[in-house]
Parts: sequence; structure tokens; C-alpha cells
Amino acid sequence: MEDSVPDKRINIKGLVCPYTFVKAKLAVESMEVGQVLEVLLDYEEASRSIPKSMEDHGQTVLKIDKINDTDWVLRIRKEKD
Amino acid sequence: MEFTDDQMLRYSRHIILPEVGGKGQARIAGAKVCIIGAGGLGCPVGYYLTAAGVGTIALIDNDTVELSNLQRQIAHSVHTIGMPKVESASLTFKALNPEVNIIGIQERLTKDNILDLIRDYDIVVDGSDNFPTRYLVNDACFMAKKPLVSGAILRFEGQVTTIVSGDGPCYRCLFEEPPPPGLVPSCQEAGVLGVLPGVIGGLQATEVLKLILGKGDVLKGELLIYNALKTTFRKVRVPKNPHCPLCGEAPTITELIDYNEGYCSL
Ligand SMILES: [Zn+2]
Repeated sequence: MEDSVPDKRINIKGLVCPYTFVKAKLAVESMEVGQVLEVLLDYEEASRSIPKSMEDHGQTVLKIDKINDTDWVLRIRKEKD
Repeated sequence: MEFTDDQMLRYSRHIILPEVGGKGQARIAGAKVCIIGAGGLGCPVGYYLTAAGVGTIALIDNDTVELSNLQRQIAHSVHTIGMPKVESASLTFKALNPEVNIIGIQERLTKDNILDLIRDYDIVVDGSDNFPTRYLVNDACFMAKKPLVSGAILRFEGQVTTIVSGDGPCYRCLFEEPPPPGLVPSCQEAGVLGVLPGVIGGLQATEVLKLILGKGDVLKGELLIYNALKTTFRKVRVPKNPHCPLCGEAPTITELIDYNEGYCSL
């Protein structure tokens, strides 16, 4: 599952909170339930706050990976509208 | 709705809210709201709805700005004294959010023009300062099936209620007829605390946004009464009156009425 191709990818490098979450949320809203969003980001706080907020909103966080010194990749599965 | 970067920044605190989100913000952007009166109540209602990004806002008012308005009518200024209120408020709202389509209508509402003026709007807000207009707006919204967010202020007390045509009571269920002119306090002896319309107008704008979003509970069948001196909010249940002359079982009011002048503006 986690290694499958995501349904949508967004790159929010350079953005800080709360715009990181706003972008991720708008992306999730535009998707169908069951689809997976991949988020590439470089703002450390967002690597924690986006997963937390997504779970608060009822979505599932599939993974949080630090892929290099500066970047993280998140995968979120949309569970509800 | 695709948001530009500027829109994403401007509305980010809305989009973050689960009850709003991008979809709710798109609904707000698609909404058309008609505000009766660009005075004490109309100013904060229009100001906040403009900030919220309501797509189209009409303002109806026939007056011009006077110095004595500035103690409470926050969309006007010393620079716009003598200007029509709808024009003065439009300038202020445009400066806050140029995306919003503000339509200023400098006219006196009558039984002959009101239905045409409110026709294109989803929601009507009553911020009028006199009884003839309040009853005219209530009756017209009932006939045109438009939701109405009604507000009133006097001295230290304000009231808000939301009237959904055909679902719950109307303003006449509450107060069947306007009081006779002699019983209404004149403006000189009445007075109003300047911040009071800010509180009541803020509540009216909140009701409008909830109607647009379809979230939460609106003041349907309820009158919220705020007392600024005591700092109390009181909610009074208002049942639908089966004998209401407008929305009751055997209505006697089937066409609009212009009540006689002689009422002083509050
Ligand atoms: Zn009624």
C-alpha cells in the first residue's frame, strides 16, 4: 500500500504553517475517499502538524518519512469528505 | 473552486476550519447577500461579510453620511460626510476586499420596489432603523421566500433573529403590527451605545455565514436579546403563531404595505 503510486502529489517546499496545512487540506478536499495524497515538504513543524491535523479531521496518515537533511514525505489516505 | 495564492492566504483561517474548508469558502464566494441599511448594523454586517469573501453584497440605503453617524457607523468617515452611505460603505468594503462585488443601491425601500431589489439575492439582512421598513422587509422576504436575518438596537439592548420563510415563525408572529408612531421613542430621547450595533451586526453576519455554509444552528424560532449594560444574552423561544396575519393559517396580509411616515429613525 505505502509503496503504491499516490493518486495525487503536492510539493509545498518553501511554505510555512499554516499554509502548509491549507495546501494539503485543499488537495485532500479535491480527492475522492480512499485516494492517497503524497506531500513533499521542508518545514519541520509541518511534518508533525499536518499529520496531526489530518488525523483530527478523520484522515489516515500512512507514513511520515524524512528523506534527506531538509525534506519530508507524507502520505495521507482520504477517509472522509 | 481553484484558489489563487492570494485567496489561499486571505481565507486560510476559514479553509483550516473543518466546518468551512475550501468547499465552504467556495460557497461563501458564490453567495449573494442583500443588506438593508448602511447604518449602525449594515456597516459591521457588510464589513465582516466582505472580509469573509461573500461574492456579491448589495447595500440598500437612501441616506447620506452625517457626523452624528460616526459614533457607531464604522464604514463611514470624516472623508465621506455628505456622500451617499451606500457609496461611502462601498469604498470602505472595496478597500478591504476588492474581490467582492459590492452593489450600492441608493433608494428608499417601498412596497413597489422591494421585491425587485431583493430578487437576485440568497439571503436578506435587515439592518434598518425603523418599523415601517422592518415590517416591509419581513413581509417581502416571506412572500419571496428569502431567509431573513433581522437585527434591532436601542439604547443598550439589541435583538437578533433568523427567519426562514415557510419554516418557523416570521417577525409578525412575534409582533403582529408596528407600534403606533407616538409610542416609538424619538431619536433624541432614545440614544444608542456606539458599540452595540457592532455586537448585533457581528451576530447577524455570523448567522448569514452559517446559512451559507449550512452548518451549526441558526436563530430560527428564537430571539436572542443582548443587554450591554448587564452583559447578558437571553434566548427567547418564539413559536409560530397560527393566527399570524402574514404566515398563519388564514392570512389577512396578502400584499405589501407601506406604513405611514411619522416614525423617527433610530
Ligand atoms: Zn408569522
